[in-house]
Amino acid sequence: MSIVFFAIAGLSVAGALAAVALKNTVHCALALTVAFAGLALLFLELDAQFAGFAQILVYIGAVAILVVFAILLTRGSETPKDGIYSTKWLLGLVTASGIFAVLAWAVLHSTWALPGPEGAPTAAPAVTVMDIGNALMGRYVLPLEIVALLLTSALIGAVIVAMHEKESAQ
Amino acid sequence: MTPLTGYLLVAALLFAIGLAGALTRRNAILVLIGIELMLNAANLNFIAFWRYGPHPEALTGMMFAIFSIAVAAAEAAVGLGLVIQIHRHAHTTDLDQMNRMKG
Repeated sequence: MSIVFFAIAGLSVAGALAAVALKNTVHCALALTVAFAGLALLFLELDAQFAGFAQILVYIGAVAILVVFAILLTRGSETPKDGIYSTKWLLGLVTASGIFAVLAWAVLHSTWALPGPEGAPTAAPAVTVMDIGNALMGRYVLPLEIVALLLTSALIGAVIVAMHEKESAQ
Repeated sequence: MTPLTGYLLVAALLFAIGLAGALTRRNAILVLIGIELMLNAANLNFIAFWRYGPHPEALTGMMFAIFSIAVAAAEAAVGLGLVIQIHRHAHTTDLDQMNRMKG
């Protein structure tokens, strides 16, 4: 475990914590961007360059901007009078802590069916963007087409859902 | 602690933080942020298992993560469109006040 991993992991977790805990919603969106950037760095640290840069492009470039737009359009940055947490926040917190405890226990008490002693560092896989492109156009061409269809329908659906209806405005 | 264990623990922690955000916040946009964090934690698991798995050249985990990123982008667009429409209709994004299916 290198110091770089701990630094990036700490950055991501701190960003994620701030994204769900801060009072001002705009600050939450900015903290979310930090968490996404930390995750992209973790992908790069795992030798997944393509996924890391896709993460930066899609999440920081698109999703975070979309979230900021939604916050500003709904005036969500105003802190509500009766607190930022829902009435059943304790139940949610207990559920989340319990799930983390179960996941951490499972991770720490598993035996790995992996090469090397328990997932010890192996040589970086020699995967280039060309291999990914070939796989996308070969073995994974059907999922690629389905994702293209899904993105098109999501684009049209989001526009229709958010479209301003003139009749209801009056 | 092996590298894979470290990455899996970070992913579990991020998932729990996202779940806590989705379950405890009142603002609908913050709930969507929590869901995005959970999806990202799952992606981190896919990439970590791809990196330390027996056949990284098969690209299975990498492909799953890339498709998951695309699906998450579509989900975010539709979800935020819904939030904007609900705010236009009910003038609130407070989930505790959204207790009616019928407008």
